Amino acid sequence: MNKVLTIALPAGIAIVFPLVMHALDQQFYTSFATRILIYAMAAASLNLVLGYGGMVSFGHAAFFGAGAYIVGILAVEGVSSLWIAWPAAIVVAAAAALVIGALSLRTRGVYFIMITLAFAQMMYYVFVSMKAYGGDDGLSMPARSTGLGVSLSNDFVWYYLVLVLLMIILYLLHRLLRSRFGRVIEAIRENETRATAVGYPVYRYKLLCFVISGAIAGLAGALIANQTSYVGPALLHWVQSGTLMIMVILGGVGRFWGGPVGAVVLLALEELFSGTPLLGDYSLHWQLPVGVILLAVVLFAPQGIAGAFSQKSQ
Amino acid sequence: MLLEQSLNSLQFGLMLFLLAAGLTLVFGIMDMINLAHGSLYMIGAYLMASFVQATGSFWVALPLALAATALVGAALEVTLLRKLYERDHLTQVLATFAVILIANEVVRLIWGNQSLMLNAPAGLTGPVELPGGVQYASYRLAIIGVGTAVAVLLYFLVTKTRVGMLVRAGASNREMAVAMGVNIRRLFTAVFALGAALCALAGAMLGPILAVQVGMGENILILAFVVIVIGGIGSIRGAFVGSLLVGLVDTMGRALLPIAFAKMFSPQVASNLGPALSSILIYVLMAAVLFLRPQGLFPARG
Amino acid sequence: MNIKSIVLVAAAAAAFNTHAANELKIGYLSTLSGPAGAIGVEIRDGFNLALKMNGGKLGGLPTEVVFADDTLNPETGKQLAERLLKRDRVNLMTGIVFSNVMLAVWPTIQQSKVFYIAPNATPTRISGEGCNPHFISASWPNEGYHEAAGVYAKSKGYKNAYLIAPNYPAGKDATSGFKRGYGGAISAEVYTKLNQLDYSAELAQIRAAKPAALYAFLPGGMGINFIKQFVAAGLSSEVPLVVPGFASDQDIVRAVGEPMLGIFDTAHWAYDLDNDANRKFVAAFEKEFNRIPSLFAEQGYTTALLIDSAVRAVKGKIEDEKAFHKAMMAAPGRFKSPRGDWKFAHNGTPVQDYYLRVVAKDNKGRIVNKKIGTVMNAHVDFWAKECKMK
Repeated sequence: MNKVLTIALPAGIAIVFPLVMHALDQQFYTSFATRILIYAMAAASLNLVLGYGGMVSFGHAAFFGAGAYIVGILAVEGVSSLWIAWPAAIVVAAAAALVIGALSLRTRGVYFIMITLAFAQMMYYVFVSMKAYGGDDGLSMPARSTGLGVSLSNDFVWYYLVLVLLMIILYLLHRLLRSRFGRVIEAIRENETRATAVGYPVYRYKLLCFVISGAIAGLAGALIANQTSYVGPALLHWVQSGTLMIMVILGGVGRFWGGPVGAVVLLALEELFSGTPLLGDYSLHWQLPVGVILLAVVLFAPQGIAGAFSQKSQ
Repeated sequence: MLLEQSLNSLQFGLMLFLLAAGLTLVFGIMDMINLAHGSLYMIGAYLMASFVQATGSFWVALPLALAATALVGAALEVTLLRKLYERDHLTQVLATFAVILIANEVVRLIWGNQSLMLNAPAGLTGPVELPGGVQYASYRLAIIGVGTAVAVLLYFLVTKTRVGMLVRAGASNREMAVAMGVNIRRLFTAVFALGAALCALAGAMLGPILAVQVGMGENILILAFVVIVIGGIGSIRGAFVGSLLVGLVDTMGRALLPIAFAKMFSPQVASNLGPALSSILIYVLMAAVLFLRPQGLFPARG
Repeated sequence: MNIKSIVLVAAAAAAFNTHAANELKIGYLSTLSGPAGAIGVEIRDGFNLALKMNGGKLGGLPTEVVFADDTLNPETGKQLAERLLKRDRVNLMTGIVFSNVMLAVWPTIQQSKVFYIAPNATPTRISGEGCNPHFISASWPNEGYHEAAGVYAKSKGYKNAYLIAPNYPAGKDATSGFKRGYGGAISAEVYTKLNQLDYSAELAQIRAAKPAALYAFLPGGMGINFIKQFVAAGLSSEVPLVVPGFASDQDIVRAVGEPMLGIFDTAHWAYDLDNDANRKFVAAFEKEFNRIPSLFAEQGYTTALLIDSAVRAVKGKIEDEKAFHKAMMAAPGRFKSPRGDWKFAHNGTPVQDYYLRVVAKDNKGRIVNKKIGTVMNAHVDFWAKECKMK
């Protein structure tokens, strides 16, 4: 009964949300909600490697941004079909994750955190150096991806497409975590020495987890490029990686809904504080209450929001 | 021009060292990733600007700013950061990230959105003639002087004094140090306050050259992390060598590479490629150290 | 299929809903913080002054201005523009200071069919081939000041020029404009990172190159730092410095002070321009804000007056795009602007004079930019010829 609710309720809200917004003549929030859905996907991908895999990757934005740039570059070069651009984004992000993961996973602890950070910064500067594709100024895409027969520049249609993709990804993640692979990954996170002793090829499992997570982040990146029709190097910056980590911890590290919940909460808080009259003259200082809330969660509720809920039901 | 660029690189490296020294000690002894270190640098610069305005004198304001920032650092450590020592690195990253957000906004609330003006002290606003007939900004020379003096002082402090010995003991093996009866709590607070003062010194000295603005810490923070990784976490000597190395690569990227590239690419591309390439190189260096010799060039931990 | 498409079209149309104007809601997206924020603040103050002097109304309509700070980040600018257009449903937009934000935000504004009046950045990419009736510039075409400076440098007979500008679209426009006006040998063309603050590396290179003149386009905080460091390095006595007005006006004068005396620059406006509208503007600004206005403030002021004139001419019906555009194009002739007489070229950029100014003290001992001569008369944007409009 509980399980049906945890899926049906958010799905139901997500499905009717744009219709409600249209009825209230607040179409802007449909576009805003799409952004949340995209970040939910990115955060969910980080949660896979961070929460379930126990690998503290401080460079996740690299895969997110790389996916976005592939779509942007292809669009500017005339390839706007999503059947080409989006799989390309996924493949490139996965390849990057393979290389970075292969090297980084040879280290551990704080060194792993630092080395993932280093690789992400490297990729950031690679994109900054590409003056032909905007460099620091970023790249504007002429339009959203084509190929579906209906124009994606319509925010309504775009929202539902992103929602469907998010649902598919979440379902696949669910199956993955329930499978043998998922159980082994969690076993590795719990006690790596024991897992190795039992005979699992720990390195290979971790690497595969890392690559899958990178691939999903790449897809999210392809979507974010379409969302704003603009890509900039800031998408790969370590502050962006930090933001994704904040989402995961707010939502609940290692909890299934941790990523999506964190994305919703963080972006909603940001909009609430900065875009509405709530803080009045202090709206520009929205990062202050967000920082305080984050600090409080980290110190006193490390299980995050999803964690707090699942503890209650026990 | 080579002399001038070398001096520039030295100046940048020494200031980076001031930040890296505090960071490496905190990381080495308390095993804590402190992202808010850059915020102390920013607070130091802001306090300096205010004190200069209040007292009218650069040199009177400087010790005031150092003391005030050390107090802020100590307060931060006692109230908040102390709770993070026992926690895992992810928690430390996120908590100190939150501190950055809060610090940035508090500074904005107190000092406003615009950058603050901080000028070099009178007497150091003009050039000085170096051997060879080259003119160089006297203030930058002063920075090099101060940076070198502090580096030497720190070296003596850490290697030749009792306190320094305790610090080194804590860095190489914290449990043993505690077992030997070192008052670890007071030591930690002292180390943190010292780190904060060093940050403030860097912020105050760089203020006239850069701008005193919100967010100034984030840019330099990441470089400080690169430095301590390359140099070795917990090692002052490593931080020194690492900073000079990074300073060298950075200057090379900003000065020499664009000139070389200008022969091959358009000016816009050449000007962009040089700094980007040197940044990439810095991170490649960092990754290489982490991969091949994670303890860094001068490991502090036995 | 039919009902679905109707719903979709309705949804799309409703997203960009322009008010039948019984009030003006202006989306003001600008850079208001950080080292470059001072420019945004200057423009905004000029704009607000004109609004205040008009009793809070423009074109006879009560006017609400919604401010947003892009913090010089193109992505933030884009998101804020979307919010202003789609949620706040503004019926006019203005405010952008920097060209990289302008170029990132322009597609969104273009799609919305809302008129944008530029109080500053007017990139050549939008004034030339990419021209559009919804883009009106109240300031200058990006290359204007630089071309004038080039003409001045040529008149001084400098054997060669060393160029330095930030690596973003307006920086490229700056060097192109200068080169066209100057026509002489270029010692080097160096681009720095936008918002870079430490110029030690570049200054060493300049010293080594020993150019006959240095042209530096470094606005806002960049300019403050560059000039301070230029003087500190002893280069001010070795290399003549020529700058566009952006790098030597009040926001920089306030920070650098006396070391700037004697610098020559070019601009579309000067503090001591001899006309009634300017005297009125300067007096009102100094009274309201207790400081000397800069050319940026004049731009904001004229932007508001332009909007006022055009809205008045169409009697508030700004939804009539063709009529509003026509009213805009005729507006400069209908009111007196502090910069003197000017008009629009067909691509929506000003056709105006560019003056030679010098940083000097006025009779009250304050440092201002005084007009010494006119470098270009009724200058038309070079790229206007690429504009195929009308």
